[in-house]
Amino acid sequence: MDIPYTVEIRRDTGLTNGKIGIWLFLASEVMLFGALFASYILIRTGAPSWPRGDTMLNVPLATLNTIILISSSVTMVMAWASLMRGRFGSFRMYMGGTILLGFGFLIVKYFEYSAHFHEGALPHTNNFLAVYYTLTGLHGLHVFGGMMVNAYFWGPGAKLWKTNPTWFTNRVENSGLFWHFVDLVWIFLFPTLYLL
Amino acid sequence: MTSDHAATSVTADHAVDIDKHVRIYISVFVALMVLTIVTVAVSRFHLPIPIAVTVALTVAIIKGSLVACYFMHLISEKKLIYAVLAVTAFFFVALMVLPVVTVHDGFWIH
Repeated sequence: MDIPYTVEIRRDTGLTNGKIGIWLFLASEVMLFGALFASYILIRTGAPSWPRGDTMLNVPLATLNTIILISSSVTMVMAWASLMRGRFGSFRMYMGGTILLGFGFLIVKYFEYSAHFHEGALPHTNNFLAVYYTLTGLHGLHVFGGMMVNAYFWGPGAKLWKTNPTWFTNRVENSGLFWHFVDLVWIFLFPTLYLL
Repeated sequence: MTSDHAATSVTADHAVDIDKHVRIYISVFVALMVLTIVTVAVSRFHLPIPIAVTVALTVAIIKGSLVACYFMHLISEKKLIYAVLAVTAFFFVALMVLPVVTVHDGFWIH
């Protein structure tokens, strides 16, 4: 049985099912990260002292990762715009760029984590590091998940473009919404963990 | 006008529309880069924590709004999505306020 309303708009919602589905999923993600941010506020305001992020973490590497993730959001939206223009080759280039930038983000994160591990700065060392590893670790998993979905649309999933280009464009738009959300979470994580 | 002409015109309008979007994406990208530099530069001044938090979160909210409005197209979305996000925003704010109220001896914990 075909999935309904993948291309045509539902009259009652004014949206495709995929679009409303991804937004409901993102709403649940807001609450997931919101719960962790709330825990962070509670732990920090309840602590007798709290270290400034820049005394314990590598700000230049985190700034580089911010630039990488923002750039990947631009390549992602350009990948979608390429499909809207009917330029599949251009889509492949931008989507490939998005995946590589995501990979670059995780490599930088790997170097950051390795340096901390070498110094013996582990999640159980103190509350600051526990919060840092929990929030950045969960965010890193989201980057990895988004990369997997994007890699599918860059590779085997791109076959759909030949048979149903509108559906394929909608799918890329939805994976883009997730990717931009991951960027958005980092925009808040960066100052709260590294700079304050 | 023939239907072929009409179709060509619609396609051309659509292409112009996408071109306009692409120009906006590039402007937003530049703005996000500038704001990232501002965030890092301000943190170098080692301002008192309340001021530093206010500045950092204000810049982060501006950056987040740019991503949500333009990259996620929230600036021209359907009402149902705004409704879903309004409910989410309500509970998100409640989550953020809850620890502050409890720590500062509010009405729930004495």
